[in-house]
Amino acid sequence: MTRYLLALVWAVAGWLPLPAHAADKVKIGFISTLSGPSAALGVDIRDAFLLAVKLNGGRLGGLPAEVIVGDDQFKPDVGRQLAEKNIKLDKVDFLTGFVFSNIMLASVPVAFENKVIYVSPNAAPSPLAGKQCNPYFFAASWPNDAYHEAAGQYATTKGYQAVYMLAPNYQAGKDSLEGFKRFYKGKVAGEVYTQLGQLDYSAELAQVRAAKPEAVYIFLPGGMGVNFIKQFVAAGLSKDMQLITPGFSSDQDIIRAVGDPMLGIFDAAHWALDLDNAANKKFVAEFEKEYKRLPTVYASQGYDTALLIDSAVREVKGRVENTEGLRQALKSAKFQSVRGPFRFNRNQYPIQNYYLRVVGKDSQGRLVNKTMGTIFKDRGDAYVQECPMK
Amino acid sequence: MRRAAPWIVLALALAFPLAMQAEHQNYYLSFASRIFVYALAATSLNLILGYGGMISFGHAAFVGTGAYVSSILLSEGVASAWIGWPAAIAASALAALAIGAVSLRTRGAYFIMITLAFAQMMFFLVNSMKAYGGDEGLSLRERASVGLGVDLGSDVAFYYTALAALAAGLYGLHRLVHSRFGRVIQAIRENEERAEAIGYPVYRHKLVCFVIAGAAGGLAGVLLASHGKYVNPSVLHWTHSGTLMVMVILGGVGKLWGGVIGAAALLGLEDLVANHRVEWLAAIFPNYQQHASLGVGTVLLAIVLFAPQGIAGMLARKKHA
Amino acid sequence: MSWILIVEQALNGLQFGLMLFLLAAGLTLVFGIMDMINLAHGSLYMLGAFLAATLVQATGSFAAGVLLAIPATAILGMLLEVSVLRTLYSRDHLSQVLATFALILIFNEAVRIVWGPDMPLPMPAALSGPVQLLPGMYYSAYRLLIIGVGAVVAALLYLLVARTRIGMLVRAGASNREMALAMGVNIRWLFTLLFGVGAGLCAVAGALLGPLLAVQVGMGENILILAFVVIVIGGIGSIRGALVGSLLVGIVDTIGRAFLPILFGVFFQPRVASAAGPAIASVLVYVLMAVVLSFRPQGLFPARG
Repeated sequence: MTRYLLALVWAVAGWLPLPAHAADKVKIGFISTLSGPSAALGVDIRDAFLLAVKLNGGRLGGLPAEVIVGDDQFKPDVGRQLAEKNIKLDKVDFLTGFVFSNIMLASVPVAFENKVIYVSPNAAPSPLAGKQCNPYFFAASWPNDAYHEAAGQYATTKGYQAVYMLAPNYQAGKDSLEGFKRFYKGKVAGEVYTQLGQLDYSAELAQVRAAKPEAVYIFLPGGMGVNFIKQFVAAGLSKDMQLITPGFSSDQDIIRAVGDPMLGIFDAAHWALDLDNAANKKFVAEFEKEYKRLPTVYASQGYDTALLIDSAVREVKGRVENTEGLRQALKSAKFQSVRGPFRFNRNQYPIQNYYLRVVGKDSQGRLVNKTMGTIFKDRGDAYVQECPMK
Repeated sequence: MRRAAPWIVLALALAFPLAMQAEHQNYYLSFASRIFVYALAATSLNLILGYGGMISFGHAAFVGTGAYVSSILLSEGVASAWIGWPAAIAASALAALAIGAVSLRTRGAYFIMITLAFAQMMFFLVNSMKAYGGDEGLSLRERASVGLGVDLGSDVAFYYTALAALAAGLYGLHRLVHSRFGRVIQAIRENEERAEAIGYPVYRHKLVCFVIAGAAGGLAGVLLASHGKYVNPSVLHWTHSGTLMVMVILGGVGKLWGGVIGAAALLGLEDLVANHRVEWLAAIFPNYQQHASLGVGTVLLAIVLFAPQGIAGMLARKKHA
Repeated sequence: MSWILIVEQALNGLQFGLMLFLLAAGLTLVFGIMDMINLAHGSLYMLGAFLAATLVQATGSFAAGVLLAIPATAILGMLLEVSVLRTLYSRDHLSQVLATFALILIFNEAVRIVWGPDMPLPMPAALSGPVQLLPGMYYSAYRLLIIGVGAVVAALLYLLVARTRIGMLVRAGASNREMALAMGVNIRWLFTLLFGVGAGLCAVAGALLGPLLAVQVGMGENILILAFVVIVIGGIGSIRGALVGSLLVGIVDTIGRAFLPILFGVFFQPRVASAAGPAIASVLVYVLMAVVLSFRPQGLFPARG
């Protein structure tokens, strides 16, 4: 028995690493959904983020960058544990990566408590834009409602009389339909919340058919959207109703999974492959070269997040321990975004343009989203007035 | 030496935080606390599984009830742990009473299925409570307050609390198993018809055992939610019951330390695989760290097929060999 | 509430129920005859789906891919039985549960390593559109195919069990294993064959449901639970019970998911109704099980006695 105890003590002692945090590199904790049906989103953000670092010579803001990548497996508790590890054990300078709002909301409190900055490459829920705005939270993507507001505005402008809406039953889902209704002034033919991760929409499609709307608006990210669109077209509903989605629901990952049934879907987003600026042209070309596929909006956001962090670290001249300095640097957002003009609102959410896109074929016959026009210019979000930050 | 072993382990456990504080490694305190909490949960399952012979696939329901009730109370403003925690434990005991009363009327495979089904029911019910987060789970600002000048928010304080709970649980199990009640339970496990023929009220004994285990599981749940300051429906999912069972089997079903060894082994192994890269293994098998469950599954299968007594059993056997 | 909606939902329930039956049939026979709890049954369903996805890609034909996946999965199932599961027949239920739970973990990771976390399995183009059943009533052609295949398989299974010699052996084994053994039935060979058939059925369900749901790691777990509920309701060891049970569960679940939110929507806000509806619907299935068990503890059509 003594032997076993000694072995136990030895094992525990030997297993503990000595802490070593050098201030001569920048550590990033990158946690995202890299497995499961919605993995494509996290993988895109990660790939683009790492690409930006690589194109920068493995550096961010002049310092060698160490990116610790973790997979939250679409589970909030796993995300939280990884965040805890990144912050308490790895002692990262920045946390980033989460795709889904629910996982992010469970995990970022650890960062806030420990005064670690979180830069969001995707999730940007309304509570953090308004009443619960936090100095350590920066959204490098778009406020969760934004695409939905733009889509709602488009539906109003187009004159649709009855629209049926579907979203999953979680905070972002609720935000999405609220956002749509904020700008859509016609009649709501139906408002249905599905299970997060639900894959079979037979019941919901039957109800849509019975309601006979002119258009159907869905917020169903990742695998959920793939299945819905396939089943929607299979049920013959696309002949009678226009399907409108937020930009990411008709993006490259969905296109790859669904194919031609996507043609003709209208969507709204803050970015498109064909946006005409130098940063974007470089990004799209490099991404395609490196990964042999076209980037989605998620990828563009991951890339921008890296550029943003790069600009901030550069501003503070590599002194990443200076958290307050980093914050001010981030707020000033002095970087060339692939989306064009970018600046932060006082709640640290972006102010930017939103465009109408349609799924069509490019010059090489590939299915892509083509920009059709601008829906909003310099739009912020609806919650900033509730935020006490200056 | 064998009798002194538990005391030595306890002494080491008490001293651990002091060593950690010196190295500024509070993360490991957090990790150790998590092991203690799961050890308590596994030990509570061991009571009905190992000693009682009842294969319940629904134990996660009691852990989950404890977790949710304490979290809901906290989020509604009941800040004191002295109120919230006993209430949550009572709720778990009640759930165990209700589920046990119905399930224990069945036998064998039906019992397994019914406990599984009840756990799923609770999972779906909790999942639908959107007011308390539903799918997204419930995040808590801070841990419950214990008063007495102790801030449960500190990693060290929580560590000692979890340790105390585990120690109490183990001691309780030890006393229970060696009591008359414990011996009857084990007799029932050995041969239920004979126990009934002798005249023991089998159903009542099993139910009491079930409720005690449920309450202990509830305490583990309370601590689990408190530790992560977060709870979500997955804690009630049947696969979570499966994880607890794996811990019990790994550690040694029906052995006092089975739950502790199993929890430490499983969680330790998971952490080891995920965070400490073994280079030669990575050379053969580049992504091995993402496929840890394969190793867990294989080890579990091997244990069931070749060493059903688990790690504790192997240690005991070695001594007698 | 139009009648079209009701008919459509009834068809959905039938479709789901028949697929559930394919899983439940194999499960109930293994459980009934070999007295073995096999949690890895869902993994065979997953394997069937992945194999079908691969074969469809390789052959370029949906039908060929699905048809080839069936014997492939059956063979894998039989290999599994001969190597690992056979040793579990004589063990207690706890060991069976744990060993097959371990198999779930192993299969999930093995599939992830070999294929990745998911695979696309597109609906055959010819069936991607709707079919007009009645004036104003359209239904997905593919779902009709599922109903058709499910019904045919159910009929074949019935014929096999009720009208053939092998089926008679199976029924004998289900109702009294010791007697069947004593009468000289070669149980070992029968078990292996049975397991292979069960695996094949899983493959059919997995391959057919693949285009509708997603072919992904872990897809077996959720449907496994429902399959167990079905056989408990139907009676362990009985094919007829499995059929009745699956149709009941399929319809209750679908109708519940479809209509409870509407019902709740009358009283509550959409977000609450949409949460409560499906939740109560899924719980409904377990309530159904509890009710059946309370006055028929052996299920509706128990094979034994």
